[in-house]
Amino acid sequence: MIKKSELKTILEHLLKNRDELHKLREIVLANAVMIGEIPAPSFSEAGRARFLLDRFTEGGLQNISCDEAGNPTAVLPGSNGKENILISAHVDTEFEAGVDHTMHVSTDRINGFGIADNSLGVAVMASLPTILERLGIRLKHNLVLLGAVKSLGKGDLEGLRFFINHTPLTFKSALCLEGVHLGRLSYSCLGMMRGEISCTVENVASGDASIAIMTLTKIISRMMSIPLPQSPKTSIILGSISGGKTYGKPATKARLKFEIRSEQTGMIGDILRTIQAIVDEMDSEELVHVSVKVISRNKTGGIDFTHPLVETARTIMKELGIKARMAPSVGDLSAIIAKGIPALTLGLTSGSKKEDDFEYVDIDPLFTGIAQVLAVICAIDGGICDEID
Amino acid sequence: MEAFVMKSIEQWLEKNTFHHSDFWDILALIREKERKGLKISLCIPTLNEEKTIGKELVIFKSELMDRYPLIDELAVIDSGSTDKTREVAAAFGADVYLSSEILEPYGFKRGKGENLWKAIYQLEGDIICYVDADIKNIHPRFCYGLVAPLIYRDEMQYVKAFYDRPLAFSQGIRPSGGGRVTEILVRPLFSLFFPELSAIIQPLSGEYAVRREVLEAIAFPIGYGVETSHILDVYHHWGLDAFGQTDLDQRIHRNQTTLDLGKMSFGILQSFLKRLESFGMVDRLPEMSNLYRQFQAQENRYEQVVKEIIEEERPPMLEIPEYRKKYGVDS
Repeated sequence: MIKKSELKTILEHLLKNRDELHKLREIVLANAVMIGEIPAPSFSEAGRARFLLDRFTEGGLQNISCDEAGNPTAVLPGSNGKENILISAHVDTEFEAGVDHTMHVSTDRINGFGIADNSLGVAVMASLPTILERLGIRLKHNLVLLGAVKSLGKGDLEGLRFFINHTPLTFKSALCLEGVHLGRLSYSCLGMMRGEISCTVENVASGDASIAIMTLTKIISRMMSIPLPQSPKTSIILGSISGGKTYGKPATKARLKFEIRSEQTGMIGDILRTIQAIVDEMDSEELVHVSVKVISRNKTGGIDFTHPLVETARTIMKELGIKARMAPSVGDLSAIIAKGIPALTLGLTSGSKKEDDFEYVDIDPLFTGIAQVLAVICAIDGGICDEID
Repeated sequence: MEAFVMKSIEQWLEKNTFHHSDFWDILALIREKERKGLKISLCIPTLNEEKTIGKELVIFKSELMDRYPLIDELAVIDSGSTDKTREVAAAFGADVYLSSEILEPYGFKRGKGENLWKAIYQLEGDIICYVDADIKNIHPRFCYGLVAPLIYRDEMQYVKAFYDRPLAFSQGIRPSGGGRVTEILVRPLFSLFFPELSAIIQPLSGEYAVRREVLEAIAFPIGYGVETSHILDVYHHWGLDAFGQTDLDQRIHRNQTTLDLGKMSFGILQSFLKRLESFGMVDRLPEMSNLYRQFQAQENRYEQVVKEIIEEERPPMLEIPEYRKKYGVDS
């Protein structure tokens, strides 16, 4: 049971200071624009890391550093500093440095590649020290800010895992910030496995045209026939397919990137064994070599729906008029949860991050999203989210 | 004379050319500004700039007003945009003025120079920094890099931006970072008539910071000639040492068509010739120089590369006796 009277005090303070929060609009938006315009494909996030370190310095934070993995980190010391709260936002994006990273600001939106995932999340994290100061919020516990590098795709949460596994600090709770969508509340992780299937053909004669792609097609067809339970929810996602070079030349290589997600412990291993058997069967055919490689893997986990951290977050969202959408995460949260730290992922505003589409985030709802984050931080700081033994 | 110009340019480049990173310590800049009791206005002249104005204002307000209080006044002076420029600008906290409503008895003329001129009346800064609204990669350096030399150096009056630092190339030098109109028209004119001014690497850049005492004393062409005439007037009254220039690294903006550049050149040439006339130079042109000046960078130092270009002439063939004889011109 959460301490509702203390939570009420926190929310009243925030609502009273809503105008003050709006006065900080340009601070947050400028950070979003400047961070968004620094390209940061996974494994090349140094520019954004440098920017964050400068912001941490300007904010008067302590222990400002970049760790061996390249994660920029800093500490906003609390008044007693006995415990630590981790705020994390992944700094990498899906876009290569050559992509036009120009951000466009209109009265209601910011448009630009990577703004929703996750330049805005990073910007809000970078703005937190200023926001807390201007709103007169002094935390008891230390707030540890982490820009997580190498999170997406082949990065496989490398930055966050490095930090969590090597930091001497222990954490009371953690929040992961994502640009979209406001209302997102993730407190558990799906079991997840990402893999690649590669087909290579040797000595292609014109009569053997397209064996690589045909083999991959057969594998896909067999994968789609694997029976999956509706509940607990389990799915196979075909994310990317590539192969060959041009119209009239038989493809000698083809590759499939896929992901398996499941809420059921052990299910991913079962599906992977089935896929491995299909691949082995295809590999036994002449001329073609087929292999499957596991790129990354997360275990199912998280805190319960009734955990005080989740309950508090839901109450705060309800009070702020945010419709909570509970969805398990396959991202940063899983690396934190794997270490047994109670953690949530929160979305900050409405917007869009469809693949190959121009991303955008809405400006107005962002301030409700920030208020939500502040309230959860204050609640953690005040002990409202602690589990009672 | 040439040796004097050479020396003068070298000294000026050494003393009055900066890089924005020289002024990274904005807190120190603010302390100096406050010590001298200076007020700074940032003016963005606009006409249909709804796509880029929001971002410029967000960056300037956040970084140079809220975070570091360098700017005292952030204003947009609009020529009557038909898109949402004024609405967007007001939404992000700028003081928005319609050019036609400032100094109404003097009427309204459509052109960037009009907005720059009316800003002197409307804005209250001791220093006014003008920044164009079409910069895609806007950054606080576009303002602090220009006002800083005026804050630190009392003798400096007019600081210009330049971009894309000139680099030495394997085949000669790269054009010195000026745009096409600068390299084809303005720098050759300066080299001929005002050789010292050829050291200003981008005389046409739309970003510059100027002291009020200078702005209130010079005339403002309304159209394309405003930057060129400013440089000539300031040079005429205050000399080369009144100028500074700051390397602001890259500037990304929309490109203009060759036809538009032709119109721009025509306007600039009008302003240039008017200035020659008002300086009393039309009927007593100075000895024209054969030396053409370009510039290149070595590390953070800038140096001139001088080329002698002598345009020799041959007489009409009819004046050559051998020709007349061969073709029986006299018979």
